[in-house]
Amino acid sequence: MGEMSLREMAKQPDLLAPGHRLCAGCGEAVTVRLILKAVRGPTIVTVATGCLEVATTIFPYTAWDLPWIHTAFENAAANASGIEAAFRAMKRKGRGPLAKYEHIDVIAFAGDGGTYDIGLQALSGALERGHDFVYVLLDNEAYMNTGIQRSGGTPRCAATTTSPAGRVIPGKREWKKPIDEIVVAHEIPYVATVSASYPTDLIRKMRCALEAEGPAFIHAFVPCPRGWRFPSEQTIALGRLAVQTCLFPLWECRLEEGRPRYTLSSPSLSIAKNPERKRPIEEYLEKQGRFRHLFRPERRDDLIKEIQEWVDLKWERLLEKAL
Amino acid sequence: MTVVEQKLLGLNGDEAVAYAIKQVNPDVVAAYPITPQTIIVERFSEYVADGEVETEFIAVESEHSALSTCIGAEAAGGRAFTCTAANGLALMWEMTYIAASLRLPIVMAVVNRALSAPINIHNDHSDSMGARDSGWIQLYCENSQEAYDTAIQAWRIGEHPEVQLPVMICLDGFILSHTLENVLTLPDEVVREFIGERSFPRVQGHLGEAEFRLDPEHPITMGPLDLYDFYFEHKRPQVEAMKRALPVIEEVGREYGRISGRTYSLLHPYRLEDAEIAVVGLGSTMGTARVVVDRLRSRGVKAGLLRVRAFRPFPAHEILKALSHVEAVGVLDRCASFGALGGPLFMEVRNAFYDSAERPIISDYIYGLGGRDMSMEMLEEVFKSLEEDRRAGRPLELVRYIGLRE
Amino acid sequence: MTGQKSAPGWRELPHGAVPYKSSREYKTGDWGVLKPKIDFGRCTKCTLCHFYCPEGAIRMRGDGYPEVDYDFCKGCGICAAECPVKCIEMVRRG
Repeated sequence: MGEMSLREMAKQPDLLAPGHRLCAGCGEAVTVRLILKAVRGPTIVTVATGCLEVATTIFPYTAWDLPWIHTAFENAAANASGIEAAFRAMKRKGRGPLAKYEHIDVIAFAGDGGTYDIGLQALSGALERGHDFVYVLLDNEAYMNTGIQRSGGTPRCAATTTSPAGRVIPGKREWKKPIDEIVVAHEIPYVATVSASYPTDLIRKMRCALEAEGPAFIHAFVPCPRGWRFPSEQTIALGRLAVQTCLFPLWECRLEEGRPRYTLSSPSLSIAKNPERKRPIEEYLEKQGRFRHLFRPERRDDLIKEIQEWVDLKWERLLEKAL
Repeated sequence: MTVVEQKLLGLNGDEAVAYAIKQVNPDVVAAYPITPQTIIVERFSEYVADGEVETEFIAVESEHSALSTCIGAEAAGGRAFTCTAANGLALMWEMTYIAASLRLPIVMAVVNRALSAPINIHNDHSDSMGARDSGWIQLYCENSQEAYDTAIQAWRIGEHPEVQLPVMICLDGFILSHTLENVLTLPDEVVREFIGERSFPRVQGHLGEAEFRLDPEHPITMGPLDLYDFYFEHKRPQVEAMKRALPVIEEVGREYGRISGRTYSLLHPYRLEDAEIAVVGLGSTMGTARVVVDRLRSRGVKAGLLRVRAFRPFPAHEILKALSHVEAVGVLDRCASFGALGGPLFMEVRNAFYDSAERPIISDYIYGLGGRDMSMEMLEEVFKSLEEDRRAGRPLELVRYIGLRE
Repeated sequence: MTGQKSAPGWRELPHGAVPYKSSREYKTGDWGVLKPKIDFGRCTKCTLCHFYCPEGAIRMRGDGYPEVDYDFCKGCGICAAECPVKCIEMVRRG
């Protein structure tokens, strides 16, 4: 599957229309626009409760030019299972409104809330049952829609409204849950990490996910200007920095002959080959208000060092698997 | 129309439901096992494994996902069925409201079982009563024959263009679900013809007119966010749909009667026309009560009963007509509503009579919680106290507990 | 539907709470304070501004140059920050 040129992809219609009410500079908006560039139709989308769903479907307006359903917070994967199963049944019977289609792409979107925590059960069940759908995790590292509360996907030391940086405790104590490893452990055909800061990479991977037969999982790293406290024009730059610090490496994992095979994507592969290109995590942390307490009123080198060590360890473990 | 020839099968309540659903052949069945519903899913799985249905059977990982999956399937334009009991229904509680508000005519069998705690696997109505405000149509079955028949009618009721609501078929756990009965079953093609194909309301969406389903050619958005400026207006149609369901339940029950010889209604009275004392209740206990009524009648007591089949929508008007002439009415509640004046059925029946000049003495008999048996002798006691109320001209006790060790 | 003056009553709304207006009718262009100004002399038609815009408010014209739809631009500044040749300037709205 070759890379499409940006010029060609720019011609594709925007299936997420403007006029939605996501924040200025919202990472989810860019990410979803790019994800939908990969749609090959016919497509049905289900979205869990969260910023995306809420801000794009304020009655009587909707920004979705695709068949779309939202039901609840924790069940995007279960909704998708039902849609996909209904299609399979109609095809088998040769009867029913969707029976005429050769194939339907079912896409489930959920945030880190609806995936790491409350949605984990439904996700795990859907993956275990092998439904043919793509699950896109829009990871902005907190329950943003309800007011920036911590999730299982919040990184250590990040300040959120339920893990504030106080006089005694400097933000969230726990490390980010390794959702990718959990998903890979389900032995599904395709898992990939993406960032809107690398649009062609993202679109290519989304297309691979749609083409995979069985469940596919796309983990999108989504900077949030409001929740992470940075100026709205830096959303893309911060996403790029996350990759360049190896905090969020870009890779794909395919199940080949029963084994998970990791492939680094070029932005991360180039760092693997040229380790001097790896940027220190401090450069990433200092740009965000949610990590401000690591620098002011006094530098917390102990915590910054801890985070750097964690990033280094995760990167090393990935390299062991990928190279 | 002549009554068709039917095959007599020995089926328990769960098997009867499973058999009906086999004949319906829905697109999706997504369910999670819980006693005493398990036989439905097990039997249906056998049909799937033997290639007797074209249904996608999804062994979901929880009841919440079971109903969520059915919602996805019905939204996609398919027919979906699920079944549960007690805490399984409680787990999917959030989704029951969502299914009804999204106007998806899912059919669900609830094999009535007591809600925990303490954990109890036996029959009472606390589970389905807990969902009575969710917007689902709720039909209670007296026996396995009715469970089979209702599992077929439910599709026509829910999918009726004037209704478009999900339907809950309630059958008593263990008493019906696990008890073998003679069940007359219709031929497959008669069931197929009776339920027909699902049709969809038309809506004006943001991209033009469309069918109310997830259609790649005519995309619509289902399940938006409502602020305070629209939510109220979106709830009112659900009230209307419930009202319209009342005649539809009767219509479908009559049509079914022409085919099967068994007609169903909102209410099933027995020897009520000249009754002086009567019990009102739901489910299998009314079968026992039928025998007790006959016994009492043979002793010259003017006893009768009213079995309520449709609890939602509540047929208040029809209940008024049926019971106005009765002097003392005992409502049998197999469910307590903690902190309320009495059990749920009692409150609805009593409420229906508030504005009437002619109204019976109405009292509540809470019984059978957690599967406590209601014997014929106990029902005779109920009628005895109704007789005492009748003579006193008032309820000597508003709420009584039958079979409770004091 | 009834006119703009009063919101529709419950009988007039679509079945099942289906939204009946595209968000394209909801102009978010008045959200921001800044707006992008593109210098076409230096623009290389790379299309990145189109891809990075959270609103999809920058479309590529037939001649390959980007065009901002100010009806929807929220002034986030991503296009200006990401332009590889820095030909986009964020200026205060007039």
